[in-house]
Amino acid sequence: MSTVTQQARAAAAARAPKTNAIGLEKTDYRGRDSTLCKGCGHDSISARIINAVWELGLDQSQVIKLSGIGCSSKTPAYFLGHSHGFNSLHGRMPSVATGALTANRKLIAIGVSGDGDTASIGLGQFKHAVRRNLPLVYIIENNGVYGLTKGQFSATSDKGQFLKYAGVNNLPSLDICIEALVANATFVARSFAGDAKQVEALLKAAVSHRGIAVLDIISPCVTFNNHDTSNKSYGWGKANQISIHELNFVPKYEEIEVDDYDDEREVQLHDGSWIVLKKLENDYDPTNKMLAYQTLENARRENKFLTGLFYINDNEPSMTELLEMVDQPLSHLSDSQIRPTRESLRQIMADL
Amino acid sequence: MSVLVQEKPAVTEQRRIVNDFNINVATANGSGSQTSNSLLIRSLFKMGIPVTGKNLFPSNIQGLPTWYNIRLSKDGYLARREAVEVMICMNAPTVAEDMASVAPNGIILYDDALPIAAKRADVQYYAMPVKNLVKAADLPFALKDYVANMVYVGVAAYLLEIEMDEIRAAVEWNFKGKPKPIAMNWNMIEAAYNWAVENLANEQPYRVARLSGFNEGKVLIDGNTAAGIGALYGGVTFVSWYPITPSSSLADAITAYAPDLRKDPETGKATYAIIQAEDELAAIGMVLGAGWSGARSMTATSGPGISLMSEFGGMSYFAEIPAVIWDIQRMGPSTGLPTRTSQGDVLAAYYLGHGDTKHVVLFPSTPKECFEMAGTAFDLAERLQTLVFVLSDLDLGMNLWISDEFDYPDAPFDRGKVLTAADLRDRGGKWGRYVDEDGDGITYRTLPGTDHPLAAYFTRGTGHNEYAGYSERSEDWEKNLFRLARKFETARTLVPKPVIDDVEEARIAIISMGSNDPAIQEARDRMRKAGVETSYLRLRALPISQTVRDYIASYDEVYVIENNFDGQLHKILLTETPEYATRLVSIAKCDGMPLSARFITESILKKQGK
Repeated sequence: MSTVTQQARAAAAARAPKTNAIGLEKTDYRGRDSTLCKGCGHDSISARIINAVWELGLDQSQVIKLSGIGCSSKTPAYFLGHSHGFNSLHGRMPSVATGALTANRKLIAIGVSGDGDTASIGLGQFKHAVRRNLPLVYIIENNGVYGLTKGQFSATSDKGQFLKYAGVNNLPSLDICIEALVANATFVARSFAGDAKQVEALLKAAVSHRGIAVLDIISPCVTFNNHDTSNKSYGWGKANQISIHELNFVPKYEEIEVDDYDDEREVQLHDGSWIVLKKLENDYDPTNKMLAYQTLENARRENKFLTGLFYINDNEPSMTELLEMVDQPLSHLSDSQIRPTRESLRQIMADL
Repeated sequence: MSVLVQEKPAVTEQRRIVNDFNINVATANGSGSQTSNSLLIRSLFKMGIPVTGKNLFPSNIQGLPTWYNIRLSKDGYLARREAVEVMICMNAPTVAEDMASVAPNGIILYDDALPIAAKRADVQYYAMPVKNLVKAADLPFALKDYVANMVYVGVAAYLLEIEMDEIRAAVEWNFKGKPKPIAMNWNMIEAAYNWAVENLANEQPYRVARLSGFNEGKVLIDGNTAAGIGALYGGVTFVSWYPITPSSSLADAITAYAPDLRKDPETGKATYAIIQAEDELAAIGMVLGAGWSGARSMTATSGPGISLMSEFGGMSYFAEIPAVIWDIQRMGPSTGLPTRTSQGDVLAAYYLGHGDTKHVVLFPSTPKECFEMAGTAFDLAERLQTLVFVLSDLDLGMNLWISDEFDYPDAPFDRGKVLTAADLRDRGGKWGRYVDEDGDGITYRTLPGTDHPLAAYFTRGTGHNEYAGYSERSEDWEKNLFRLARKFETARTLVPKPVIDDVEEARIAIISMGSNDPAIQEARDRMRKAGVETSYLRLRALPISQTVRDYIASYDEVYVIENNFDGQLHKILLTETPEYATRLVSIAKCDGMPLSARFITESILKKQGK
């Protein structure tokens, strides 16, 4: 664990009470020991997930954690040890999550993917899950490199980037946030694994969001892509990160306190909680989709590392709402609820 | 053999051939002939005549030639029969070959606008003034082509003596009581009928006549619709699918019947979900996700679809997640012929996936079995916590069949070994996802959302130990595979049993599956008449049971009959019963058509040296 992560954990522990709203300690939310490289950005994100879910007081038995294949996709084993986990196939986490959430609409789903898993092999499933507005917290742990196969380019690798075996990447990168927006995402954010506060605020807001919440988290690969020329490295991230606003999250059970109304903007989420955006340099409006496009495209052209909540729209129904299903999870319906009557079959036979 | 005589009927002045001939209708795809053909077959069915329809359609929406072959059989044979006695020609590009295809002494009804070169002396011709009749009917321009096909319904009704009351009833049924289309189509049929009465001398021998004793208590339905209805009565809660011929009508049937059958009576909300996926990879991914969550979960696809589903197929097997795939087989390899039938996915389905993978495969033979196996597949998938294939084909799935009425399934659904929160409390939270407590290879699972702190486990396609933890240990890996093999042995005892007709005098035996059944039944009758008795085992599932082994053991020669090129079922039986390898003889054919009794009879008799 890096010093940075240790400090973040220590700080978080000092801030928070020992038990959460449902009487559990943070350690109850841990998973197995990580087997990733020391200092991996992904482990910081796992720590943020543990902290956010613990602070929200979620019951782990009602949470599912899903992933595809790759370094990032291993991490669900390392957090929320009392939640059902599903480490699926490369690029196919969105479809598995779609089925799992449809069969049981009461579940809270956290999906973890990587840049290869989402932007290369899984781009299709990613965009279709976004298009369906699947009620999923979709985290992309984006390091711009294939780590588990020892250092190949992904679709988010920077143009001009150099890797030991792969050489120089001469193709432009895909911007996951822009791809999400194009597919009509209802929650699009970017953050940096090293920015604990922002990641946690975004995670909490993502859990409360009605539909899909896309969190593109730049997560340095300490082994294959952490040289300072890479814009997915710790050094570059620390030096260049520009938050478009300061973020805070207020759960539904807490009163919102507005200190300085002029400088802040609140967006109420579907479950009644709030995300508070504190204005920094510019007056960024995260409900303006064209502004989001423009901001992201400008940042890409200027190679600026912008973080924050680019776009949110909590008015669109989620996929599970659109399916008009009974409230009770489909998985728990009784025989009599899922077998039509004898008379109805007699009628069908008569009609044929 | 008298049956062979039927294929080339010798006509004398007085002799009539009643309820025992083939009608072939040649039209252009997208011209609305599907409706007129379904009127013909439905009215014949309702007259009590054993009848089957085979739609030979192109992979095209409009314009390419299509044929609809209706077989009438007073003896109740429902297989494909090659010969055509009554040809109806409505399509210019194929008219020459269509006319040439008619059996000697047959008849040809044709649109009089078609270019006819030379007429054959051994068939009778009836020209139909389609254009004039349509013109006289004063129809909306856009509908003219569609209604034009009703002309041959009316003329055929006169010549063959199909009861007009039954045609009227079929029109009303087809258009679901909507007055406007009923009037328009019926008027055209009636006008054509009246024209024929006034203008045609009916000197040809083919007639239909009302029958009793065969169609009572039966329905006319295609296998895909039967499977769709069966899934809804079998408790399906999740369907994800991607359109592909010839399986789409299965998902369409679920979509059509579900709102009536599966709404919660109080809230009007659905007790199911249907999602059209972006591709087959996503469809099967969703099915696994839903099966993992506890849904009775399925998809429907065809050959190219199962190729794409292969990786998830292996995951279902190894991570032990219930899932059902209906594969409505079409011609392969590759894109093949999308609108032609085959049984070419037997090997692919049985072993789908890389590594050491195998699956349970069911083979329905009739629409009634499609209905029943839809529910059985869910029970087996949840009991065995694995992927279950149902292998239908285009012929069974998309063509209309006379079927016994479906029995209401009243056995409780088998939801398999699922531990609830209460079960976990009773056990003090002690359990392991892959611990074989019962010795049958089937372990216990929990569903996500189970309200117990120790309910959770981690599902993965990577190596795992009994407690679902990641493991690269050789012992864990082998232990797991041995248990999966044990589970597969359990599967042998749970899958649908074969249907066996053991004939005491028979020295040779047949094994086949699926939609070949009617052709085999007919072929056995023909061979009996030729002095060759056969026994018959209709396989209804893989893996094979001990019963199948015993059956093979008791015959010197066992013909394995299937509608593919490589003899795929034969290969599987060779592998599973190597001790009987020399007894198993492959009879396989793959030309896009369902097997015929003639092909089977000739193939076996030839191998018998007769």
